[in-house]
Amino acid sequence: MSNTNEKIRLEHITKRWGEVVAVDDLNLKIEKGDFITLLGPSGCGKTTTLRAIAGLDEPTEGKIFIDNKLIFSKKEEIIVEPSKRNLGLIFQSYALWPHMTVFQNIAFPLQMKKLPKPDIKKYVAQALKDVRLQGYKDRYPAELSGGQQQRIAIARMLINRPDIYLMDEPLSNLDARLRIEMRAELKQLHQKLEATTVYVTHDQVEAMTISSRVCVMNEGVIQQIGTPEDVYRRPANLFVARFISNPQMNFFDGTVKKENGKMVVEAGGFRLPVDEEKINGRDSVIVAVRPEDFYIADDGVEYHVDAQLPAGSSQIIMVSRPGEEQVALLFEGTFKNKDGEKMKLAVKPETYNIFDKETEKVLV
Amino acid sequence: MSDLAIQSGSPLLRRLKRNYSQPQRIIGLILLLLLLFFVFMPMVNLLYTSFTLSYSDQRLPEVKASGVEFEEGKFSLVHFRRVFMSKLSKPMLLIPLMNTLLITAGLTILSISWGCLLAWLVVRTNLPGKKALANIAALPYIIPSWVISLAWINVFKNQRIGGSIGWFEYMTGIAIPNWFAYGPVPIIICLSLHYYAYAFITVSGALASIDSRLEETGELLGANRWQVMRKITLPLVMPSILAAFILTFSKGIGTFGTPAFLGIPVRYYTLSTQLYANVKNGLEGDAYLLAIVMILISGITIYMNVKVIGARKSYVTIAGKGFRAKPIDLGKLKHVVFIIMVLFVIFFVLFPIYILLAQTFMEAEGDYSMANFTTHFWIGEAGSIGSKGQVMGMGESGILRNPSIYQGAWNSLRLAVLVSFLAAVIGIFLGYAIVRGKGTILSKMNDALSFAPYIIPGIAFGAVYLGMFAQPRGPIPALYGTFSLLVIVSLAKRLPFSSRTGTSAMMQIDRELEEAAGLVGAGFFKKFTRIIYPLTKSGFVAGFLLSFITTMRELSLIVLLVTPKTKVLTTMIFRYAESGFHQFGDAITMIIVVISITGTLLIKRFQSTSLVKGV
Ligand SMILES: Nc1ncnc2c1ncn2[C@@H]1O[C@H](COP(=O)(O)OP(=O)(O)OP(=O)(O)O)[C@@H](O)[C@H]1O
Ligand SMILES: [Mg+2]
Repeated sequence: MSNTNEKIRLEHITKRWGEVVAVDDLNLKIEKGDFITLLGPSGCGKTTTLRAIAGLDEPTEGKIFIDNKLIFSKKEEIIVEPSKRNLGLIFQSYALWPHMTVFQNIAFPLQMKKLPKPDIKKYVAQALKDVRLQGYKDRYPAELSGGQQQRIAIARMLINRPDIYLMDEPLSNLDARLRIEMRAELKQLHQKLEATTVYVTHDQVEAMTISSRVCVMNEGVIQQIGTPEDVYRRPANLFVARFISNPQMNFFDGTVKKENGKMVVEAGGFRLPVDEEKINGRDSVIVAVRPEDFYIADDGVEYHVDAQLPAGSSQIIMVSRPGEEQVALLFEGTFKNKDGEKMKLAVKPETYNIFDKETEKVLV
Repeated sequence: MSDLAIQSGSPLLRRLKRNYSQPQRIIGLILLLLLLFFVFMPMVNLLYTSFTLSYSDQRLPEVKASGVEFEEGKFSLVHFRRVFMSKLSKPMLLIPLMNTLLITAGLTILSISWGCLLAWLVVRTNLPGKKALANIAALPYIIPSWVISLAWINVFKNQRIGGSIGWFEYMTGIAIPNWFAYGPVPIIICLSLHYYAYAFITVSGALASIDSRLEETGELLGANRWQVMRKITLPLVMPSILAAFILTFSKGIGTFGTPAFLGIPVRYYTLSTQLYANVKNGLEGDAYLLAIVMILISGITIYMNVKVIGARKSYVTIAGKGFRAKPIDLGKLKHVVFIIMVLFVIFFVLFPIYILLAQTFMEAEGDYSMANFTTHFWIGEAGSIGSKGQVMGMGESGILRNPSIYQGAWNSLRLAVLVSFLAAVIGIFLGYAIVRGKGTILSKMNDALSFAPYIIPGIAFGAVYLGMFAQPRGPIPALYGTFSLLVIVSLAKRLPFSSRTGTSAMMQIDRELEEAAGLVGAGFFKKFTRIIYPLTKSGFVAGFLLSFITTMRELSLIVLLVTPKTKVLTTMIFRYAESGFHQFGDAITMIIVVISITGTLLIKRFQSTSLVKGV
């Protein structure tokens, strides 16, 4: 049972706020050095989970282990204090103390450890250098930009050398450009320090680019855990497929048919081959095709071009067939179609996912 | 990782231990015990005492006549019968009650209409010099309510009751009739001249937040100015007018100083002065029942306040983008109104203060000639001989040389400092326990109990404490006549304000700021000194100063509780006024006025907001 590689383990964690179930029977193992992202829409229980790990909130049920040591158990009433869990947390709001200068903010954790003053000075100077804010030590948080505040929050978290980093949407207050820069910085930081990281976000692109594993949540329940590639290519259910795709997943109602002795699903005019076993007698299913998984083929299905939305190096094209929902396509490079023209499309083999209509679980 | 040794014991024990080692719980529990002891118990005791016999009740005719053997502490309806169902009811309860209601109704109507009119003029019209006018017009809010009544006496008193003539008779030779010098008319006028400031401040705040485009829309749709006023403006400020109305009303019920100065000399009693008289005459049981009546009336008005305001608070429009407040052109009336305003300010705000000041430099009261000028009442030596060969000031020295005044000033000062410091500290702790424990019963009880003193008029609260601490209670010895009693009663009366201040200060501190400190090992003490206190400091200082001023000018709350040893400036003024010794009293009043104004200016600096918004 004991796994030397395991850092954090949540067992049957449930958190209720009165009637609201914020987290429902959550089980999660996090390996040493992992960069795991909790991803999900607003209110799905990401912050609640993070705060349970940090020990700031007390789950209603369940157990939490860190390094295979029990640090929380509702049944046994064991709660190890947050400060004794050896973890660092960046709050969604950063929670920088507004009345303290940058220096005082970063020095505070060391002062709590009663380090001698010269040491504190030395460490804080180093930390400021690490986040490239040397000249800012006497400023107050209000006098810093969002990105600088964020880096102060990182420096404050790192100064204690915790071996778990918890980050709650640290980039959500930044503008798009800065967000991309900071993503890269966080990733490098993680690679350098190799601390286990639990990262919360509701931005699927961020989750995809930054993490080694993604944990998709909805309404307090884990939908899927896997590598970014996994959750992108093989979504476990319709929710994940819908949530992960970018710009937007296309869904078709599909009818299962036998043609020339082979099973096919007919959806949006396309005929997509499937395994008979997986379909298992169903006659209607839901088919999901990612925008980038279409190509132009002479023998393809005819679609009508409604609108073209250039997006720099790629281009989004909205197409439709009479009486059916719009379909989004994503093509690399620029495209010379005109609105109102027709184009013939086909779906790349083995890229689409098929879901059960009732359970919404993935079949293919 | 941490050692798990701290996790020893059974799960249940661990849970209890953890729950009751949360700082907000410990603090909450301690505060709850204090509140129960200093707020709840005294009220229960008040009820209890009014239905039992006390030692001094032996001499009551009703007790003697009953033939039953006297037994201290026995349940008895004697006081109840005396107050509610006997020949005494009329002079003791009914007449004072009617007087109280009359005065309160009069002063509420006067001060609300005047306050609203003033607010409208100052906020919504193009009256010249309105900013300066607004600030001076808010002055009565700052100085004690009874100051104007002292000035009134100086201006309008007559030979017959006042002992000497006032400024008016001196100037004009016209003798003032009693009904204008004393009794309900001057009481209502004087109180209105103080309480209009409440309506003025609240309503001008509401008016300032109304977007004038709402009114313009009305005009565009063909309504004339009067219709706009009635149909649009008035409904929008109605909630704040109601708030001011009920606040003024409930304050009026309990007011003491003014009816004491202007009513008692002509035997015109209100509930508060009757209560005072009863205590002075050793009729505590009766007094306590009057206190209960006052608490009930005041409680009902405040309950209505919460109901009415709670339901309609959201009514005031929130100014969004493009907010405009176009001043209404008064046209030619502008100058007339300006002159009226200036006259008002001169006669009713500045003149009273001038009169009091002038009075302190008069050898003989009521003689405004230069020959009568003396500095004796400020710096004269004891036993100084006046111009007519008489001993001045009954042989007492001027207040700046009088050790007795210094003792009173010292008492006032240390009372105000202690109370405001403790109130501010307790306020922060209360705020912490209430906000951080939000949703728990403990938090709700602390919230409710700390609000309770708000509904109890000052003099009734004094009576409550008199009943409670005249004898030893549990670990606490008899406190009557001690300085500590004054501290405790003033502190308890400040609780509603300090808990409001503390709660709102604490709500500004994001819980995460505290958690971030906890995460790196800061315990409660460190969190408090390094995070919470620094972040609440400015509110703390402002709260401190506000309590300081309030305590410095407090009279009704402590008038029943002071003894010669624990006298403070305000009660000395009261005694001087009672014995018709105005110069000394007025001189001390001037000192309190100066302290109040200075304190308010300091508060403004700390809060950097104007007392009157939107001007
Ligand atoms: N202190 C609280 N009291 C009551 N309900 C709460 C509290 N904190 C969270 N909740 C509820 O629990 C649910 C999950 O909240 P949580 O903060 O974990 O969401 P989240 O996934 O972090 O969302 P977001 O992306 O908006 O931050 C929500 O329905 C929320 O309303
Ligand atoms: Mg969150």
